[in-house]
Amino acid sequence: MSYSLPDRVSIQTADFDVSQEINALRAQDARVGAVCSFIGTVRDRNKPIETGVGAKRVSQPSVSAMELEHYPGMTERAIEAMIDQAHKRFDIFAARVVHRVGLLAPLDQIVLVAVTSAHRGESFQACEFLMDYLKTQAPFWKKETTPGGAQWVDARVSDDAALARWGIVARNA
Amino acid sequence: MNTVTVKYFASVREAIGQSSESWATQASTLGGLRAELVARGAGYGQALAAGQAVRMAQNQTMGDEATALLDAAEVAFFPPVTGG
Repeated sequence: MSYSLPDRVSIQTADFDVSQEINALRAQDARVGAVCSFIGTVRDRNKPIETGVGAKRVSQPSVSAMELEHYPGMTERAIEAMIDQAHKRFDIFAARVVHRVGLLAPLDQIVLVAVTSAHRGESFQACEFLMDYLKTQAPFWKKETTPGGAQWVDARVSDDAALARWGIVARNA
Repeated sequence: MNTVTVKYFASVREAIGQSSESWATQASTLGGLRAELVARGAGYGQALAAGQAVRMAQNQTMGDEATALLDAAEVAFFPPVTGG
């Protein structure tokens, strides 16, 4: 083939353009009949916290900023390994992961996973697999700024459970 | 003696007050190295104590307490990951 695919993994502070990313991923590959993508964005609310004593009072603190830290080198290696796994498990042509780091605000894009395949089933599955894998195995950490101060986001047990559906034990949260 | 590079991230980095250091260790596993660091007290004792949810990697691959420590390894300690 005379064309080359884009890099499989990018960790960057800059925003990404979903259309450009998808166009590059499927460029000149006429075997592609399905493209599935997932975009994670910054919410302005975090998980509910209990505020009252006794009464079931909860509040959802507002989030005004989110800072993303990562482990340079290991993050790229971990995601490359995930994409290798996705190619072994699913009949896909190409996959791309873009993940932002640094200071983000509500509404900002955080992560893009895009996958191409001949038919939709394989790219839907591979896209979900990659996100489930990334949530518990890629070394990123989120810190949120709320009215009560900045706090590190807790890992969720439900994310470990999501990866378990694929037969992989996460042991993260 | 085995001199390793130890990296810290996120809340562990904040508690210890630095992101990377060189450490001469007698440990043979990642768990042994963690215990040596805990014994230094202060931020180490707080962030890496046995009850804390600490994840670890060696040479940029996830490991656990039982992972054999390699010569001149790059070891990292960090809280559960929360990307995506």
